[in-house]
Amino acid sequence: MKKVLLSLLAVILLAAYTSAQDIPARPNPPKLVNDLAGVMSASQVQYLESKLRHFHDTTSNQIVVLTVNSLNGYDKADFAYRVGEQWHVGQKKFDNGMVLLVKPKHGNRDHGQAYIAVGYGLEPVIPDAIARRIVDNEMIPYFKNNNYFKGIDKATTILMEMAAGEISAKGYNKATEGSPWTAVLPFVIFIIIFLLIRGSNAKRYSMGHSGTSFWTAMMLGSMLGGSSGFGGGSSFGGGSFGGGGGGFSGFGGGSFGGGGAGGSW
Amino acid sequence: MKKSWIVIIVIVVVLIGFYSMFKGTYNNMVTKGESVDAQWSQVENVYQRRADLIPNLVNTVKGYATHEKETLEGVVEARAKATSVNIDASNLTPQSMQAFQKAQDGLSGALSKLMVVVEKYPDLKANQNFLDLQAQLEGTENRIAVERKKFNEKVREYNTYIKTFPNNLYAGMFGFTQKPYFKAAQGSDKAPEVKF
Repeated sequence: MKKVLLSLLAVILLAAYTSAQDIPARPNPPKLVNDLAGVMSASQVQYLESKLRHFHDTTSNQIVVLTVNSLNGYDKADFAYRVGEQWHVGQKKFDNGMVLLVKPKHGNRDHGQAYIAVGYGLEPVIPDAIARRIVDNEMIPYFKNNNYFKGIDKATTILMEMAAGEISAKGYNKATEGSPWTAVLPFVIFIIIFLLIRGSNAKRYSMGHSGTSFWTAMMLGSMLGGSSGFGGGSSFGGGSFGGGGGGFSGFGGGSFGGGGAGGSW
Repeated sequence: MKKSWIVIIVIVVVLIGFYSMFKGTYNNMVTKGESVDAQWSQVENVYQRRADLIPNLVNTVKGYATHEKETLEGVVEARAKATSVNIDASNLTPQSMQAFQKAQDGLSGALSKLMVVVEKYPDLKANQNFLDLQAQLEGTENRIAVERKKFNEKVREYNTYIKTFPNNLYAGMFGFTQKPYFKAAQGSDKAPEVKF
């Protein structure tokens, strides 16, 4: 009986282990360039990471580069889609994430695979046919010569240009930068009005009913304060997007619908 | 005097309790049902997208693959059949779902047959227009898979909700019925057979 239980436990553990192995876990701390197959040098990874991070900080678009040694039995499209969904690549508000997946070729019998998965929000600017051309023309020629860095570098440059045309969320960043003021403004107006009303009441009665004027002032204040009101200023997409401190602060909540294309060599 | 007040208060509290319980459950069922319907329209969208690609694809292939008249006709026919079957989201029954799936699977089969046949024509495979269409078709098939998966998740959520106790009692009262799932197509695990 004990043996049965033990072997059952082993099977369950094994199943849990293998299913966790299927799709690589979200990197912690979050990184945009994940060279799990080890086809690039440390400085090349560093270069790509800072390039994509800068792009993310200026436009909010997220491009994730992932190289893996095995697709674990998944189709490349399915694998890239799952990574995008499970890592929550892209901002929730825009669904502007992209996953650039590369499975390098090992030996002559093996096939190399490359795929660009495009988030819902970027499908209009990077349709499947374009993604396919980028894979065929910019990546695979270099990949055939084992120059993975060059192909990924060129592909990301083009993807960045196209994505920035669609969602260049400079205003989005500014709105969040200015949030201390927009959040404080209604309070300032409210206090001024409150003081004014109190002042006029104080003239009429020596001891004013500050209760009613408080609410009037608050209402007026929040109305004048514009749409942001007291609720808490402008809203964030994924919640984890900050850009402060010089580091990549994490993934948003972007969603993928199966868009994108790939190729093999 | 005092006793009757207590009785009234108890009755009111119980009524309010029942009301909020019914209201919460009912509204949840409506919300979950609506999200299934919304997802259904997403599913129909991606299928429509595929149907829209086909005339262009058929015309491009026709120019090169002169000996594949039969295969091309099969695709056109299957497309006509697939676009004729539309289900309103409020009318999702196992029967209508099955008819829809059968028509769409017919088109999937005809299309994958075509994609195997074109392998014989190197000129066609070098044509940029065809490559673009092929990428779009593949992307659309991926989207169909994704939206179907999302639809099944929504349906599962809704069905589980209305089937669990005590919601199943209210579901019967208010007329909420189970919604059908997409089922994996029979034989879809096998690659299409093509005779040269």
